[in-house]
Amino acid sequence: MARFVVDVMPKPEILDPQGQAVAGALSRLGFDGVAGVRQGKHFELDVDDGLDDDAVHRIAGTLLANPVIEDWTVRRADA
Amino acid sequence: MSAAGRFGVITFPGSLDDGDAARAVRRAGAVAVPLWHADADLHGVDAVIVPGGFSYGDYLRAGAIARFAPVMGPVLDAARGGMPVLGICNGFQILCEAGLLPGALVRNAGLHFVCRDQRLRVGQADTAWTSGYEPGAEIVIPVKHAEGQYVAHADTLSELEADGRVVFRYLGRSPNGAAADIAGVCSANRRVVGLMPHPEHAIDELTGPSADGLAMFTSALASLAGA
Repeated sequence: MARFVVDVMPKPEILDPQGQAVAGALSRLGFDGVAGVRQGKHFELDVDDGLDDDAVHRIAGTLLANPVIEDWTVRRADA
Repeated sequence: MSAAGRFGVITFPGSLDDGDAARAVRRAGAVAVPLWHADADLHGVDAVIVPGGFSYGDYLRAGAIARFAPVMGPVLDAARGGMPVLGICNGFQILCEAGLLPGALVRNAGLHFVCRDQRLRVGQADTAWTSGYEPGAEIVIPVKHAEGQYVAHADTLSELEADGRVVFRYLGRSPNGAAADIAGVCSANRRVVGLMPHPEHAIDELTGPSADGLAMFTSALASLAGA
């Protein structure tokens, strides 16, 4: 088994109202100095050793992320 | 065509508005045929409605899992072959996730779930679902969603505007911050329409803010007669 981590983030040009709300809440709570927050999704996939990075990228691009609005990164967690 | 158009209405786990969509179909004079998300074919229907709700609990992203339901394969094939397909709210999200319509729907700019009667401008009256409206008509039908902010790449937005594929626009205060106030768009062949507002909730002044939504269903029925 290998563990892959896929992080999915809204594209920079896509408005992220949830991230903005978190940033606003931090400011209200007195955490100064946070200039911006963007919120995404973090996936941990336990996969057979036969699956390579390309296979996980296909998984990410097909289901985990919507390429119209999101970018993603793939990395091995056990490397 | 047959005497009465047969409109399939898909039910996914978590669909909510399939009942009202079927009722709107019947009110328009067509036959409503229930379709199940696990169906392998479309039971010979002439048109398909993908209704609103929270298919698969909106897990991952709204519409992201429903687009891979078994019934969606035949829907995509039929739509590409010219069958009228209408996606309402969650159905619009599903059609965008499936790539049948461009763009995507993301969280409302104000974060809140918005439920209210909404004024709209009918931008295009030459689609399978809007031929019964006057071009530029102003209508009032309900919106109810938390993820209805239409977004698309700048090139896609330009293309939609140039090709006259923005079918509905919000009038007045935007419920969700959508790009260019876009409430609904259509496919290049003008047979597939998706919109966030709910025409099936506005087919009778007794139960809705107007009967303005009914023309979408009668338009599709007329388009079948003309096909």
